[in-house]
Amino acid sequence: MLACVKSKCNQEEINMEFKDNEAIYLQIAGYMSDHILLGKWAGDEKIPSVRELAGDLQVNPNTVMRTYDLLQQQEVIYNKRGLGFFVAPEAAQQVKALRKERFLQQELPEFFKTVSLLDISLEEVQERYTRFQQEQTATLPS
Amino acid sequence: MVDIQNMSFGYRRHSPLLHKVQLSLSRGHIYGLLGKNGAGKSTLLKNIVGLAFPQAGQCLIDGVSAQRRLPSMLEEVYFLAEELYVPALTAAQFVANTAGFYPRFRQEELTRYLHEFEVPAHAVLSKLSFGQQKKFMIAFALATNTGLLVMDEPTNGLDIPSKAQFRRIMASALTEERCMVISTHQVRDLDSLIDTVVVLHDGQIALNHSLDQLTDQLTFATLPTTDTTPVLYAEDSVRGRQAIVPNATGAYSRVDLELLFNAATSGSSTLLPYLKQPSYAQPV
Repeated sequence: MLACVKSKCNQEEINMEFKDNEAIYLQIAGYMSDHILLGKWAGDEKIPSVRELAGDLQVNPNTVMRTYDLLQQQEVIYNKRGLGFFVAPEAAQQVKALRKERFLQQELPEFFKTVSLLDISLEEVQERYTRFQQEQTATLPS
Repeated sequence: MVDIQNMSFGYRRHSPLLHKVQLSLSRGHIYGLLGKNGAGKSTLLKNIVGLAFPQAGQCLIDGVSAQRRLPSMLEEVYFLAEELYVPALTAAQFVANTAGFYPRFRQEELTRYLHEFEVPAHAVLSKLSFGQQKKFMIAFALATNTGLLVMDEPTNGLDIPSKAQFRRIMASALTEERCMVISTHQVRDLDSLIDTVVVLHDGQIALNHSLDQLTDQLTFATLPTTDTTPVLYAEDSVRGRQAIVPNATGAYSRVDLELLFNAATSGSSTLLPYLKQPSYAQPV
């Protein structure tokens, strides 16, 4: 996965190591969506151009163009003619909605499959989920 | 941009090295040209840029035969040979003597690339180490902004950080107006940089596919040694059989260029006929 390893002169050096089982343009889309969810890129903020990001990631610009096409289509970013690409005002909500949809469609059925295979009751799941939430709130920095 | 039609070439009369080569290259792409030692990669590149003349067929650049070497064509082409000739000049003197041939040359780009490559800007070029000379010439080649940029083994002699710098600079220099061709042995250097793979084998273009097409059609997987599913190509390794199989599910797997290259040049695989079928004829 992509990870920022060090900062150099205010410029983030990105260590690109891609997974083998997901198309690179999707991995880049995930990386950009993470930036938006983490608040590193705010709504209506200008994002790197296709060529800048391709350079930083050392990948073919056509791959990055495909990422930008996808994110435009998902209304996570928008293009201002002649000015470049910007984060959509509601991008964070949009990313969350898309990820929720993907989770419900793909990961949750897998989870259900395991749960039913191992005869785990929904009550037990509920109980553990409540405990998990409590632990999460306890560990949150105040 | 480049159009090669039925081109044949050989250094000796009766042993043609390239035989009826057909190849089209477009702007907006980075092509990776792969071939074994002696397959004729450099010879093909020299024919493309008009340094060698086809014995049959032709090599066209924007519709004009490259061997006519028209100034209007030459200012659109930069060829970086594998072995460099670097004169005893400083960078500034070299630019003053050479850049005039390339109307779209940009000094500020050269300065930026040299800075990124960490090449001293004021040294005498012939006094630099081989790697530094190579990086200077790559930077100059990119700064000429020619429509066609052909590089023969550009990453040879580059140290580890320079290879990453090379990929970064190449990725940011590709525009829709430029066609870049890179020949290489070191496929891992160029993995995610190139968008189209061209394999030269037995005097012909054995394979010319975009990486997107290849991932759509093929799955690269490690199978257990005991697995007997029919494969298009496989190699035994300690981890199991490294195999190329038809992509039946549409799932993504990263193209293993080394395995693909071995498959394309092995002569025995069923991979090439499979790729040649139109995709609608393939069993899903």
